[in-house]
Amino acid sequence: MSAHPEALGLRDLVLGFGETEVLKGIDLSVSSRGVTALIGPSGCGKSTVLRCFNRMNDHLVGFWHRGDISVTGRDVYDPTWSLEALRFQVGMVFQKPNPFPLSIKENVLFGPRLAGITETATLDAILSRSLQRANLWDEAKDRLDASALEFSGGQQQRLCIARALASSPDILLLDEPASALDPIATARLEETIAELSQDIAVLLVTHNMQQAARVAQRTAFLYLGRLVEEGETTKLFSAPRERLTEEYVTGRFG
Amino acid sequence: MSGLRRWLAEGTAQRWLTAAAVLLALGMVAGLIGVVVEVAGGFFWPQRLVELQLGDGSNVLGEVWDRESDPGSPGMERVRVKVGNRDLFGADFRWIRESDVRKRDFPAGAWLIERREYGNFYGFPIRLELPSATVAVADPLFRTALAREVDGAHDLVREERGLLRRVDRLHAPVAKLMVLVAAAQRRGEDAHALEARLANAQRSEDEATRPIMERLAAARQRLNQARLVMSTADGREKQVPVSAVVRAVPVNRLGSAQKVGLYVERWWEFLADEPRESNTEGGIFPAIFGTALMVVLMTVAVVPLGVVTAVYLNEYAREGALTAAVRIALANLAGVPSIVFGAFGLAFFVYTLGGGIDRLFFSNVLPTPTFGTGGITWAALTLALLTLPVVVVATEEGLQAVPQAVRDGARALGATRWQTLRRVVLPYAMPGILTGAILAVARGAGEVAPLMLTGVVKLAPNLPFDSVPPFLHLDRKFMHLGFHIYDVGFQSPNVEAAKPMVYNAVLVLIVLVVALNLTAIMLRNRLRRKLRGSAV
Repeated sequence: MSAHPEALGLRDLVLGFGETEVLKGIDLSVSSRGVTALIGPSGCGKSTVLRCFNRMNDHLVGFWHRGDISVTGRDVYDPTWSLEALRFQVGMVFQKPNPFPLSIKENVLFGPRLAGITETATLDAILSRSLQRANLWDEAKDRLDASALEFSGGQQQRLCIARALASSPDILLLDEPASALDPIATARLEETIAELSQDIAVLLVTHNMQQAARVAQRTAFLYLGRLVEEGETTKLFSAPRERLTEEYVTGRFG
Repeated sequence: MSGLRRWLAEGTAQRWLTAAAVLLALGMVAGLIGVVVEVAGGFFWPQRLVELQLGDGSNVLGEVWDRESDPGSPGMERVRVKVGNRDLFGADFRWIRESDVRKRDFPAGAWLIERREYGNFYGFPIRLELPSATVAVADPLFRTALAREVDGAHDLVREERGLLRRVDRLHAPVAKLMVLVAAAQRRGEDAHALEARLANAQRSEDEATRPIMERLAAARQRLNQARLVMSTADGREKQVPVSAVVRAVPVNRLGSAQKVGLYVERWWEFLADEPRESNTEGGIFPAIFGTALMVVLMTVAVVPLGVVTAVYLNEYAREGALTAAVRIALANLAGVPSIVFGAFGLAFFVYTLGGGIDRLFFSNVLPTPTFGTGGITWAALTLALLTLPVVVVATEEGLQAVPQAVRDGARALGATRWQTLRRVVLPYAMPGILTGAILAVARGAGEVAPLMLTGVVKLAPNLPFDSVPPFLHLDRKFMHLGFHIYDVGFQSPNVEAAKPMVYNAVLVLIVLVVALNLTAIMLRNRLRRKLRGSAV
């Protein structure tokens, strides 16, 4: 573990929907700086792990869980912690860009407005800072009132990051954010992720092992609902402890 | 065999079949609109007046309307001539055998007089009799003098109308008190105080109306003094009071520009004026206004209700037997004959709801109904019910088209379910909602049957919107283009003469529906353009 405190933690988490058990006892700790990648074959529960931290699983039918989920050391099911407050703390970006049918500006300010911020100066400051952090400021500054849907896919995805950053979260959850993007847009997105991870914790689910190798300091390998191995990315890829990990990273299955 | 199969697999024949289906649909629409436009477009165009000399030596003057083979004598043709002069001849039309016609002429001196009563008069002017002088037709001043008198008569008629409206308004409090007195007496209550108030009101009404009535009488006298003396084609003399003249035109002498002017003028009169002669002449403005207002009221009622219903069904209700039942019920509601909705509207809105409102708030005038009778509100609500399924289904489709990722995105930012719905889902579904509104408007504007039970009348003395407070009179009965078409086309005493008016009203109704639809479609397309590319 690094010198930074824990941002995300799972203790012996068992989780499922109805009769199906999706996660079968997972322990995980994510530091409050840097990028942690979650890799594993389709259906192994990567996205489910990600969605634990902002309780997005709660909206799915038949959801249940045992064990602890914590964000910045605090139980996410703490009754004094409202769902909305938790989600201001934990930002999330989805597989496909999902801008709202609003202007670029209103997309970014969606969260702050929900939080009740009405001061124009504050909102303007949030707007420019969020777009700058998402590396979108230069492309967006002249068309803030244009519809967000006029952006290209890569721009839309960075807009979604800016939107998540506008609530100044300590943690950013990225669910295969580059899966719908072309290589150039992916490269820019990865740059953005690397810059962001200097201030906040980023948990990145990815299908693409090269991507994990490029941006993540640490990587966790998930297989059939279990955490097989977690460690420094370079070690995990070059000298995995487990045979299963080795077979996966060398492309023998997956 | 394999050749045939390959030919079928290639789908050339299928392509032609589908194209033929499109062509058929287009042809039917074009045919309908073509017939309407042809008849409606030509009616207001000034027709030449033809004078026919018949075998028995008599003369006939009029417009040729129709030509067909004579069922009485094979091989011969007969023409239908609109001879007008209903007050003299008893009927507007005559069939004349071609074989009877000795001579055909288009006399330059023939005039068409459009009158406020008894339809058109066709004939030859002799002189204009004024209180101060008489102007013969040969006098070079005849035409200007006649035009001046007709214009003056128009002004006087307009003044008379305004004065009558003021008298009506002055009578309103008296009428209300009379109803109150009658109601009190029927209940066996002491009505003395009311009667005293009524007597008072009548006195003040008399005082207020007396000068108006005097002016009215004077106006009428002035109107009736000027007379146009005409002779018919068969030599009879007829006096036409100038006050009854809408316009007098020497049709056979008109140039093209004058004809166009007259055509436009007649269309304007048709669109902007009130009907005359039990709706077969004059304009249809009250019907246009009533239709548009009713559709607007219906839309205002049905869109929010339909959207809220669809939102509950799609966003909140748990999928199950109940939601399935509601959806089936809605789908079946769309198939219920519209007259059944009319009967329901009459029973529920008019008698139950309207009657209840009357008992609660207007009990002092009962049994005279206020809301407990057909009116524009009840008609609009009945049609709102009729079009509800359309809005619900379209809105549900719009809501289902909102990507889950977009909803999740809003929830993940800390939005509650309601905030997500309000700020993200509804804007996204707006094109679908507007589609529903478009379909509802299209259906509602063309529906007539339910209205006949819930508030449409042949002739409404007042528009449901006027300068009398509270301006919008939701309890009033109203006129409707669809009902107007039915009434003029099939219930009027002079169906043949009114037929072109029916086509004109159809044309206006089609244009109105298309205009309402186009507005909504343009609005939707603008929204669609904003949403374009959202799928990435």
